[in-house]
Amino acid sequence: MSDFIPFITAQVIPGLNSGLIVSIKLIVPSAFLGLIIGVLSGTFRVYAPFPIRKISDAYVAIFRGTPLVVQIYFWYFALPYTSIGEFRIVMSAETCAIVGFSLCSGAYHSEYIRGGLLSIKSGQLLAGQALGMNPITAIRNIVLPQAFRNAFSGCSNEIIYLIKYSSIASIITINDITGMGRGIAKESWRNVETYLVVGIYYLALVTLANVILYRIEKKMEIPGFEKEQA
Amino acid sequence: METQTVLEARNIIKNLGGNTVLRGVSIALNKGDIKVLIGPSGSGKSTLLQCLNLLHIPEGGSLLLDNKPVNFKNKSELYQLRQKVGMIFQEFNLFDHLSAKENVSISLRKVKKQGRKEAAKRAEIELQRVGLDDKMNLYPAQLSGGQKQRVSIARALAMDPEVLLLDEPTSALDPELISEVLVVIRDLAKNGMTMLMATHQISFSAALAHEFVFMEDGIITEHGSPKELLAENATSRTKDFCAKIAELTGEQA
Amino acid sequence: MVDFFNPIIEALPYMVSGLWITVALVIGSMGLGLIVGVPFSALKVYGHPLIRKFIGLYVWFFRGVPVLVLFYLFYFGLLSWLAQISFLSFLPFNNAFFAAALVLGLTTGAYQTQIFKGAILALSPGQLKAARALGMSDFQAIKTIILPQALRFSLPAWSNEYSIILKDSALAYVIGVAELMSRTRSVAAITHKPLQLTLFAGLIFFVLTFIGVKGLKALEKKVKIKGYAQS
Ligand SMILES: Nc1ncnc2c1ncn2[C@@H]1O[C@H](COP(=O)(O)OP(=O)(O)OP(=O)(O)O)[C@@H](O)[C@H]1O
Ligand SMILES: [Mg+2]
Repeated sequence: MSDFIPFITAQVIPGLNSGLIVSIKLIVPSAFLGLIIGVLSGTFRVYAPFPIRKISDAYVAIFRGTPLVVQIYFWYFALPYTSIGEFRIVMSAETCAIVGFSLCSGAYHSEYIRGGLLSIKSGQLLAGQALGMNPITAIRNIVLPQAFRNAFSGCSNEIIYLIKYSSIASIITINDITGMGRGIAKESWRNVETYLVVGIYYLALVTLANVILYRIEKKMEIPGFEKEQA
Repeated sequence: METQTVLEARNIIKNLGGNTVLRGVSIALNKGDIKVLIGPSGSGKSTLLQCLNLLHIPEGGSLLLDNKPVNFKNKSELYQLRQKVGMIFQEFNLFDHLSAKENVSISLRKVKKQGRKEAAKRAEIELQRVGLDDKMNLYPAQLSGGQKQRVSIARALAMDPEVLLLDEPTSALDPELISEVLVVIRDLAKNGMTMLMATHQISFSAALAHEFVFMEDGIITEHGSPKELLAENATSRTKDFCAKIAELTGEQA
Repeated sequence: MVDFFNPIIEALPYMVSGLWITVALVIGSMGLGLIVGVPFSALKVYGHPLIRKFIGLYVWFFRGVPVLVLFYLFYFGLLSWLAQISFLSFLPFNNAFFAAALVLGLTTGAYQTQIFKGAILALSPGQLKAARALGMSDFQAIKTIILPQALRFSLPAWSNEYSIILKDSALAYVIGVAELMSRTRSVAAITHKPLQLTLFAGLIFFVLTFIGVKGLKALEKKVKIKGYAQS
């Protein structure tokens, strides 16, 4: 026990710091891509013509209805086994993780965006069109900005989930925080200490993200769209 | 006939959020008494009523039920007192997940430990008494405000209270629904129920009350029969206040 | 085309027995979460400040640390420590299923605490007062008046929680629970047919989500309070 501090400072923290960088390189692009996918598919599900609407619905149902680990497994292990003629999709582990995280996260965002859109009264869209906007302009400039504010706290939550579930990258050989932690724990046989510090890294990330997202939400706040008091 | 004191408060002091909201209030209710509590908003009427039921525990003073002092710290004495002192709230506070009948019977079963059947029977009687025979199985969300308040009165009556405290029982009601609740309260008065009611219904309560109790800034500043206080030549704070209310509501004081 | 499905058909009995383990794991964890979440939510709202602090800490920890890390931490770490304490030796700390149910149960317990707490706070506050005014003890009032309503209003969120825990349960393979995902991986490794097996596993999870959510929706309809507009 006496070498607890040296063990943490000399082995765990340096290792996890390099993992942290890897994790962030997965989380940030996935969060942005996921949000874009979510806004697009959420909007499609409310306003797009029948086939596109149905395809978006199906996308969301599939990606929300199955575990992320199964999806990641699919992109990384199963897809390379499939070829159409000579054509075969083989992606690096990092690409698989980002693709998998973005698509899964996007499906969840989509649900919040859709809810946000449905909560906007239809008069808003009509009023926009009455001013001569075409439907896409009216949706983009009138409805979406309102809907996004309503959806924001849901989307924030989803980003928090993404941070935690990014740990799944470690099962496809990526040395993110969890992957590095597992390596250190195996070598040192000191599971409790190592994984507790790993946990603290995620707690710190989640707390930091919460602060940032809260700031953004406050910044976007306009009267009538206040954050609901919990 | 000898007068028998049912509930008496002596020198009640209550602090809320750093303010002394009640600054030594004494009031006694004899059997059959009907007293009406009036006073400006924020004067402490609701706080006093909730202290009498020990929903607020006073910081100072004492409370006597049937001439016996109540120990605030003793939970079982506290529950006993609450059973004997009924409370009607301005905003009804019906239990939203229970039908009208269950709202009345639940405390009979859980507090008085009556059987399901016995409690249901009693609930029916009490609901009939307030004219809701045909609404027994409806849920609060299916009732009008006046009906809700009548259920809440039935709920309190089912516990056989010795005193009924009413905190502005009609203030949350639409004007056309007020009278159906007042009718029930008038019936209770006729049957000799001991009551203390905070209200702004001046003319209604003047006809009913034995005593007006005027509160201001956490103390009772005046009390007396409505006749005295509202007499032609009286110069009471109560009269000024009632005149002001009358002006606002267009009611004849 | 028949060839394509062959690996699934051959492995079907093996996969199905994994399915039952998944189902048991989810039911066990959701049950444990309920046992934790109901009292904790009431204590978080009405309890002593110190207890509220403690519950806040518990919720913060289990909501902030990834399930995957919790599996490692508990199974390889904390539980193997506990296993050495003699008077606790009757508990199967070295059992992977037990560890997984404990981790998932405590995780969903934290979320369920939040869910029920939100529902309690959304109830009109006068009802507790009215119950007290009738002479009910706080415990009685919370049990008969507050919780029956709070639990009803929590059903949609609880159903969502079910689908999350079902999906999280697929991670239990990392500590060696022989549930559906674990079996999918081993069959895929042997047959070299990960595509159809992964799709099949995905389909089963999808169906389990669907059945659970539909079932809970039906329950929600059944216990709905008449006339009440809140969902
Ligand atoms: N929980 C509380 N915390 C702090 N102050 C309170 C609290 N409840 C009431 N007060 C204050 O105590 C005073 C008395 O309130 P109370 O509700 O008893 O007045 P009231 O006479 O019933 O008024 P109204 O006619 O508006 O119902 C008010 O100044 C109020 O702001
Ligand atoms: Mg009041």
